[in-house]
Amino acid sequence: MIDIAFTLNGTPCTVAAPPFAPLSDTLRERLGLTGTKEGCNAGDCGACTVLVDGAQACACLIPSAQAQGAEVQTVEATQGEVGAVLARLRAAFLAHGAAQCGICSPGMLMAATDLLLRNAAPDRAAVRDALGGVLCRCTGYAKVLDAVLDAAPQAAPAPEAGKAVGAGIARLDGVAKLDGTDRFGADEAPADALWLRVVRSPHASARFTLGDLEAARREWRLDAILTADDVPGLNAFGIMPALKDQPVLSDGLVRFRGEAVLGLVGTREAVMAVRDSALPITWHPLPALHGTAEASAAEAPQLHAHAPGNLLIEGKLNRGTPARDIANAEGRFTTAFVEHAYIEPEAGYAQPAPDGLGMEVFACTQAPYMDREETARVLGVAEELVRIRPSACGGGFGGKLDVSVQPLLAVAASKLNRPIRIVYSRAESMASTTKRHPASITARMSADAEGRFTSYEFDADFNTGAYASWGATVANRVPVHAGGPYRIPNLRNRARAIYTNDTPAGAFRGFGVPQAAIATESLVDDLAEQLGLDRWEIRRRNAIGRGDTTHSGQVLHASAGLPECLDALKPEWEAMLARVAAHNATSPRERLGAGIACMWYGCGNTSMSNPSRMKLTLSRDGTLTLFNGAVDIGQGSTTVMAQICADALGLPLQNFRFVLGDTSRTYDAGKTSASRQTFVSGRAAMETGLALRRRILALANAGEDAVLALEGTQLRVGAARVIDLATLDADLEAEGRYDPPTTALDENGQGTPYATYGFAAQIALVSVDTALGVTRVKRIVAAQDVGRAVNPTLVLGQIHGGIAQGLGLALMEEFIPGRTENLHDYLIPTAGDVPEIAVHLIEDPEPEGPYGAKGVGEPALVPTAPAILSAIRHATGVTMRQVPVLPHRLWEQMR
Amino acid sequence: MTAYHRPTRLEDALAIRAGADVAVLAGGTDIFPARTARAAWGDPTHKDVLDISALPGLREISETDEGWRIGCLVTWSTLIGAALPPLFDGLKAAAREVGGRQVQNRATLVGNMVTASPAGDGIPILLALDASVEIISRRGARRVAVAEFLTGYRTTALAADELVLALHVPRLHGGQGGFRKLGARHYLVISIAMTAGVIATDSAGRITSARIALGACSAVAQRLPALEAALIGVARAQATQVVQPHHLQSISPIDDIRASAAYRRDAALVLLRDLLEARA
Repeated sequence: MIDIAFTLNGTPCTVAAPPFAPLSDTLRERLGLTGTKEGCNAGDCGACTVLVDGAQACACLIPSAQAQGAEVQTVEATQGEVGAVLARLRAAFLAHGAAQCGICSPGMLMAATDLLLRNAAPDRAAVRDALGGVLCRCTGYAKVLDAVLDAAPQAAPAPEAGKAVGAGIARLDGVAKLDGTDRFGADEAPADALWLRVVRSPHASARFTLGDLEAARREWRLDAILTADDVPGLNAFGIMPALKDQPVLSDGLVRFRGEAVLGLVGTREAVMAVRDSALPITWHPLPALHGTAEASAAEAPQLHAHAPGNLLIEGKLNRGTPARDIANAEGRFTTAFVEHAYIEPEAGYAQPAPDGLGMEVFACTQAPYMDREETARVLGVAEELVRIRPSACGGGFGGKLDVSVQPLLAVAASKLNRPIRIVYSRAESMASTTKRHPASITARMSADAEGRFTSYEFDADFNTGAYASWGATVANRVPVHAGGPYRIPNLRNRARAIYTNDTPAGAFRGFGVPQAAIATESLVDDLAEQLGLDRWEIRRRNAIGRGDTTHSGQVLHASAGLPECLDALKPEWEAMLARVAAHNATSPRERLGAGIACMWYGCGNTSMSNPSRMKLTLSRDGTLTLFNGAVDIGQGSTTVMAQICADALGLPLQNFRFVLGDTSRTYDAGKTSASRQTFVSGRAAMETGLALRRRILALANAGEDAVLALEGTQLRVGAARVIDLATLDADLEAEGRYDPPTTALDENGQGTPYATYGFAAQIALVSVDTALGVTRVKRIVAAQDVGRAVNPTLVLGQIHGGIAQGLGLALMEEFIPGRTENLHDYLIPTAGDVPEIAVHLIEDPEPEGPYGAKGVGEPALVPTAPAILSAIRHATGVTMRQVPVLPHRLWEQMR
Repeated sequence: MTAYHRPTRLEDALAIRAGADVAVLAGGTDIFPARTARAAWGDPTHKDVLDISALPGLREISETDEGWRIGCLVTWSTLIGAALPPLFDGLKAAAREVGGRQVQNRATLVGNMVTASPAGDGIPILLALDASVEIISRRGARRVAVAEFLTGYRTTALAADELVLALHVPRLHGGQGGFRKLGARHYLVISIAMTAGVIATDSAGRITSARIALGACSAVAQRLPALEAALIGVARAQATQVVQPHHLQSISPIDDIRASAAYRRDAALVLLRDLLEARA
């Protein structure tokens, strides 16, 4: 520990800190400036970007000793030139929707400040260069670049009462994301919290025995070493109601590299000082099954007693009888594990409730009520005794639907009866939490002479890894969607989820549908080629629309705007084809290509009840509060729910206060997943607003179209009536609930699995350096039927971000357990990789949805990768059936 | 517990270096990621650290009788912003492709070389610049060519008691530097392969001097003497046509997560032709 004197945000400061501790750690843990985020501690993500002597730097790469005498500026800076630049940037980020989850925003802001201090009027290329070192997983960067380039940002005007839906207002939770005050999982903990560090298996498959842990505990000055025996309730968790197959702490057999074995509890210094190799763990490595082929081989060992043949589940869809036709296409396709790569690693704390019975968990999550259920089971207590308080969530994308830190923290806090905190390292987050399922797909598709699709067959193995997680969804969501958004009378779809000794695969934006779309859209291109049809044309001829019947036998009565999406893209498609032809005529090496793909996506859980419930109160003191249990993971549900509820009630947004996602204060609004929040919780928010409006109107005996206005405790109802809320006997309170109408799927996968579907089409322009196999995406145009864009700014943000993730899936992302457990070996797109994006919003209203709205988040990702593959094929003549299309893979196929 | 030394006098630094096995830290951009990676899998131990960032007089690029001296604390950003002749264009191009600006502002060229990664972005161009390494210890000073300094995969000729004080780049009349890097994304990417070169021509446009190096295609980046010899006397405009597969006989690319060996070998040829295509 040394004393380090420097200037911090314009003020002299002296701090005692270890000289080798990263400056980011000293800022956060010793100076309390948690606005500087740690996403990787390796200089890979830039979330910790600060200014040191006026130049941007990763605070995680700077030894605190080097701060001596330096001038350090962080996102908390308010003074001087830096403060002025930051103020302007904050306003621009808000106006442009440049912050979604907000975890990268401090880094983005500081990198942009560095640029603007040197160059007050940069061009887009200069901004890209300046921000190239900060990774963002939400926005697709376009809005961030727009914001930095906007020298005079204009905030959208506050919509008047009844006009909130459709307004592209700034996100209501945006200010805290831009001034460093939002509290993510690692940003808050009781001062007396001990730390938990998890010792994880370095082996993919092994048995282990434990020696004298008490001696080790004393030697390392720990407060406790937790084992499976310390789990007070059931030592198991998992998404499937009847299959809790993953232990909180392993009881002697580990099934993947990264599985939790021991929990070390003590001071931070103590738990971080322990060498795993010095602990009394004796490993007995076993052969490991990597990939579905090894795991489904006849001689493969069985990984779970309940899963003969290592088959977790199989799902089917049968309709008609597939047969060959005039044109027939077939292919085998493989996709990789994909990492969510949210910039916030899992973090949080747990503390026993003062009553000695309950447990409170503060952590990043997408599913507070499921966390509560899982945590209570592990503790062996009633669910009501567990309170989940979601932190700000620094990106989720499906990866924070499963519990991670929650049961571990609760077990430790319960055992030691004091607050316990944890922050996963990047490697730990990547090694131990779920991934997108790698898929191995064989598919066939046939069309008649007019290009009408007549048959489709799909057979796929999905690697669900060591534990089930969301693997069961492979069996229902995938077969329903595999054939794509086309009229196809005959289908035979099979999808299996297979256990292996790989990292567990779970939910990831689009769940299995992006993998299937890669196969299907490639076959559509094959059929077009065989029949001499344009790729847009064949899709338009087969596009499913209003009145058509889906592959599961559901008639689409409304909100089926795929034909309109394709029509919106037609002029740009033709222009793109012309541009490609003109360019390629004179450019043998750098080839352009245009590609196209479509998608559909059912909003909400598949054939399952997934209700949301909300509450709205108007207190006698005039406070109007929406109790909203939907977790905003950056997509903007907090803002969208408010817009919907405000219009339903008929009061302006400024009147609202919010209580958000806290299992002890809000009702269950379900998970933030399956593109369901705007659709399902949004409808509940609408019903809630309408219910309170009905109460008010009844109280005032006013007509249905009465205009409301709230000033203090005076609630004006129509022109003539005023209710003084202070005189009421009780606060006004109303609730709303919605559960989308679905039916179970029969043994042939027939039924009504979703109440509504999102539809989209995208076209992509790529250039391929045919000598090096390097693909650059130059332009993407998306058309998406969103029902109704409740907040167009947020909707665009979802589409941009989905496209960026789809680009990563197509071109660079491949998680390899044990090999790419960091953000320099595992690549996600940077500000330099995402192309210009144009979006057509198609609004074919969904009668079930609030004001016609339906889900947006996942649909945006699905068509991107197949559109890029289609474009690569157009550029090179090579059909890529394996993603990611790394340069050497494309090069090999071109040889 | 890791001891941390941050001396302000060179003789103190050399005494520490002579007295203990320490990790030398300048920009820290290699040391912290390596430490993070080890700690993530349960090894929090670290060598004692000798932080040389407070040593005076090592942040300058100065002109000398023979050429230029680049102090061991010179960062990539300093290089990008320095007024230097076209000889250094390749080095500047490499500097712009190392990490993001955050890393360029802290990381040093010398550190990149001492880490001696096969994919070190600064190494091929240092080979092409015929740079030499100024080394000092309590035993005295010595100069070693970069090619001799790099002895293998992440190993160097630096003794445990020595520090690299500076790099020396000799003049080359009319010399023009270039650099090409290939990676799977735009920013923040580890090279799949890279080429660097320095070429000088006479008044008739014929190549009088050619120094070409290839990185990430063998355990240590290397010069390509056969190609260099073949380029001498060739018209600059014809240079790309000189490159042939047999010029790459000495390289030994590997299969890894970023690319296959066969691809690297072929890509190296393309990158070399692209490098020689470049004009200034």
